[in-house]
Amino acid sequence: MLRLPPFEYRAPGTAREAARCLADAGPEAMAVAGGTDLYPNMKRRQFEPRLLVGLRNLESERGIEANGGLRLGALATLTDVAEHAAVLERWPSIARAAGLVSSPPLRNAGTIGGNLCVDTRCNYYNQTESWRASIGFCMKKDGDICLVAPGSDVCWALSSSDTAPVMISLDAEVTLVGPHDERRIPARTLYAADGIAYLSKRPEEVLTQIHVPDRTGWKATYRKLRRRGSIDFPILGVAAAVRLVADNVVEDVRIVLGAVHTHPVEASDAQDFLRGKRLDRESIDMAAGIAYKPAKPLDNADLGYAWRKRMARIEVSRALRELAGLPTGDLPPMTF
Amino acid sequence: VAERADEDLSVVGRPLAKIDAAAKVTGQTLFADDLALPRMAYARLLRSPHPHARIRRVDVSRAAAAPGVLATLVGGELPIPFGILPVSQDEHALAPDKVRFVGDPVAAVAALDEETAEAALKLIEVDYEVLPAYMSIDEALAMGGSGGAVSPQTHQVRRLHSAAPDAARIHDYGPHGNVHKEVSFDFGDVEAGFAEAEHVREDTFFFEGNTHLPMEQHAALAFSGPDGKLTLWSSTQTPHYVHRAVAKVLELPPSQIRVIACPNGGGFGGKSDPFGHELVACKLAMKTGRPVKITLTREEVFYCHRGRHPARMWVKTGLKRDGSITAMHFRTALDGGAYGSYGVASLYYTGALQTVTYRIPRYKFEGVRVFTNKPPCGPKRGHGTPQPRYALECHIDKFCHELGLDPGEWRLKNVLEPGTITANQMKVRTIGLKECLGRVIDRSGYREKRGRLGAGRGVGIAASAYISGAGLPIYWNAMPHSGVQIKVDRGGGVAVFCGSTDIGQGSDSVLAYVVAEELGILPEDVRVVTADSDLTPVDLGSYSSRVTLMTGNAAIQAARRVREPIFAAAARKLDVPVGRLRASGRRVWDAADPARGLSFAEAAVLAESEFGTLGAVGSYRPPRSVAKWKGAGVGPTPTYSYSAAVVELSADAETGIVRVDKVWIAHDVGKSINPLLVIGQVEGSVYMGLGEALMEEQAFRKGLHKIPSLLDYKSPTTLEMPAVESILVETLDPEGPYGAKECGQGPLLPVIPAVANALHDALGIRVDEVPITPERVLGALDGRYQAPPMPAFRYPETVVVEPLAPAAPAVGAPKAL
Repeated sequence: MLRLPPFEYRAPGTAREAARCLADAGPEAMAVAGGTDLYPNMKRRQFEPRLLVGLRNLESERGIEANGGLRLGALATLTDVAEHAAVLERWPSIARAAGLVSSPPLRNAGTIGGNLCVDTRCNYYNQTESWRASIGFCMKKDGDICLVAPGSDVCWALSSSDTAPVMISLDAEVTLVGPHDERRIPARTLYAADGIAYLSKRPEEVLTQIHVPDRTGWKATYRKLRRRGSIDFPILGVAAAVRLVADNVVEDVRIVLGAVHTHPVEASDAQDFLRGKRLDRESIDMAAGIAYKPAKPLDNADLGYAWRKRMARIEVSRALRELAGLPTGDLPPMTF
Repeated sequence: VAERADEDLSVVGRPLAKIDAAAKVTGQTLFADDLALPRMAYARLLRSPHPHARIRRVDVSRAAAAPGVLATLVGGELPIPFGILPVSQDEHALAPDKVRFVGDPVAAVAALDEETAEAALKLIEVDYEVLPAYMSIDEALAMGGSGGAVSPQTHQVRRLHSAAPDAARIHDYGPHGNVHKEVSFDFGDVEAGFAEAEHVREDTFFFEGNTHLPMEQHAALAFSGPDGKLTLWSSTQTPHYVHRAVAKVLELPPSQIRVIACPNGGGFGGKSDPFGHELVACKLAMKTGRPVKITLTREEVFYCHRGRHPARMWVKTGLKRDGSITAMHFRTALDGGAYGSYGVASLYYTGALQTVTYRIPRYKFEGVRVFTNKPPCGPKRGHGTPQPRYALECHIDKFCHELGLDPGEWRLKNVLEPGTITANQMKVRTIGLKECLGRVIDRSGYREKRGRLGAGRGVGIAASAYISGAGLPIYWNAMPHSGVQIKVDRGGGVAVFCGSTDIGQGSDSVLAYVVAEELGILPEDVRVVTADSDLTPVDLGSYSSRVTLMTGNAAIQAARRVREPIFAAAARKLDVPVGRLRASGRRVWDAADPARGLSFAEAAVLAESEFGTLGAVGSYRPPRSVAKWKGAGVGPTPTYSYSAAVVELSADAETGIVRVDKVWIAHDVGKSINPLLVIGQVEGSVYMGLGEALMEEQAFRKGLHKIPSLLDYKSPTTLEMPAVESILVETLDPEGPYGAKECGQGPLLPVIPAVANALHDALGIRVDEVPITPERVLGALDGRYQAPPMPAFRYPETVVVEPLAPAAPAVGAPKAL
């Protein structure tokens, strides 16, 4: 079987201590929360850390509090988030996205913070070491070219988090704890346009909290496209949120695409287009026609990239139809 | 084998638990990788990074010197080739001079632990001379050689240029270029048949390759004992053939080798070949003097493969005004991957069973299998028949639509009569296809639903046939295909010994049921010992859907033989004629006075006292085939099973996504030995068929398998599995034990074309290839979709097969002939 490379493991009791461990060990150290993505990747040698800093003992970062806004401890499992009564009632797109990650056993172990920080994916990269050696190593690990876009000087691995687009669509913020300080930044600035350095946080910083504002008056949803109803990473995610005033006029709106680029893509032009318009079939179709343009799918995930690009338009349209209370066009539920 | 009325059966036909159910559900079944022996070493294989290359030099000296390494092995140390078929001895345990696909094993290391072995692989230096790779049928054929090419539509021959020197052929055998095998047979004058037809139609189809995906990864453990005898435990479906390959490659007398097949965690045909890792484990065990285990990774299982051949197909059929067939011409071109494996048989199978469902008075088959630089293809559930069956059943649907015929009614009307000998000389005995079709049509409401469910919803129908065991063994011999030995204990317990291999289908349980039925005891009174070449009589293996029929018949014979002294002694004790004795419920009793009887244990003691130790053997060999032509070794069987399916689905015209809502499937199983296990096989077949229809494909990119993992190779989850209504049809075939036929493979066959036909009903489009992906559906809706054409290839000169002489023992030849 594929086996883990040797590593040292430490599990400090506080985020500050964890950040210090990471800072002291430098690039040879990594943080691990649920480990559902990191350990398989280590078996394939995407990562070969000398030191793993386990976050499992950060008890204070495990809770979920819903007062006015929502505070999610980064160590809360995806199951905890997906099944939390207040989250289900007041931030349903978060519950939905968390509940669509992978499979039930992995959601029981995987954490919300881990999913926000999950490694970018590419089917030239998420392979065993011997497979990658056969085809020639890529720049994300051990090589110097991008195999999916050979002319590119940046890596095109896909952002594959289900919860990241949702957090951005809800204007969430995250707390990052460093060895000496902590800061709170908007979730939309957590991601960078590079499949390798895909997070803007410093490597030693530990993501501890997610803060979601009160969204009373908004409607929000998340749609995930993938081949199968479970297990699969998204090949497209659409997080949408809208605040409607009288006559279904859009006061404010967020449309964020996942798995179409190295980072979640906010469809700003489509958002600008929709503000002040009635949310109806016609405006939705036009907005979807604008929103899908920044999607840049390549031949590095399941199914064809041309189809995935075409689906971005349809899925945005269906997400907005859902928020407008219109028929989405999805297949009706099974009748048997 | 005499038939027995249902009311006389006390075990057979009942929905009993498998005898290994508790072990399976509590995780206590010992699979090959669960085995551990004292001082056991672990081995790993170094595999080729190139799809096609010559090996100039392999240097294992640094690996051999690494701490913890016990032994290394290279191809030159096992120079004798092997292969499952005698005509394709083209594999080596480790490639000695040439690699033919990414993943071809080149060298091996045994070490104290797996990590050390894996790390030592990196110390092995291999100097390769990289050769051009052939990754498709077209590329393989384009290398030239002496073959020509012909357009299937115009029959015009054009010569292919010799693109590359002969030296770059993948193998140096085969008729020319990269062609492994080419065949052409005429069974009747098809051109005359087309000439007299009112309507002639031709279609082209493509079936992409896919793999078995068993849950258990292959593992092998070998130990060469102080007595010089070698034991191999392996997850194999065919321990007898592995036994022969080990003897050949290791140059040991078979008597010095013991092969034990562990319970397989799924096989589906993927564990039916002898594999390099099994031979390597044996050789390393001999070199180190320790037990050596190799467990493959999931990625390596994708490289072992032997799965579904990618198949390009063309079919032309002539029909009379009433819809009856005048002639059929079928062509296939198979992408065989890097080695022969079962490929010659697979190729014949793509032409063999078209004729055993509907009346086809004249038939012509042409086929070619080419080598490519991909993992070798072989037998996967349905072995070579799902591809042509898919093409044929879609072709039928198309001509029915063209002629305004109901596809269900056409099938009902054209089903073969029982007792038919087909144009290609296959003998059909019982045939429950009409009943299967009628039942799924009625239960699904196919007549009422077809064309009336509204846009985006549709129903489709298809039918099929499969063999209940191959008529011939893999290597020619006149011995039984299955042997069973029975020993009766003084306490009333019974031990059954048989070489058959339980791959999850329940063959161990079937042995227990049959012996319990015949001896009148309960399945839990029976100890089943299987798949051990030292302890059990030979059974050829769990392939070709042969086990229930063949071991069942052998077990009945052995049980009746061992019952004779028991009944004789009991008759004497009870003072009744032997003919009046019955056995059931652990008793031997008088049919005229059921209260009068003995316990089975008492009867056994009396018998042993009178006759000595109680034991008997039984065996089974299929009836001789009526077919007389060379190549007719593939297709004959003791009896064919039949299936029919209706699929109802929904299709999203905006995304191209297809969702199967329900499947109705009827299967002619002859007789259910255990209906619960039969339905399990039927449902599993439906599940696998749906995966092949909609998702699964062996995809390659830049010479490598693109997605060799359980995450990326898309196979359905439980969430994609629709409701299935399974209907069992019993025809009580005279060749089957209690009338039973196969059920493990046949029910897969109609599912795939039924999906394609239902998609046409839903959206009015044809996607003439599988898997039917959302992008292909949208392509068809946009009018952009075209099925891949047949490759340019000139099939060999046709062998004209003369019809059987009327004097031949051809019972019930159909009127059409």
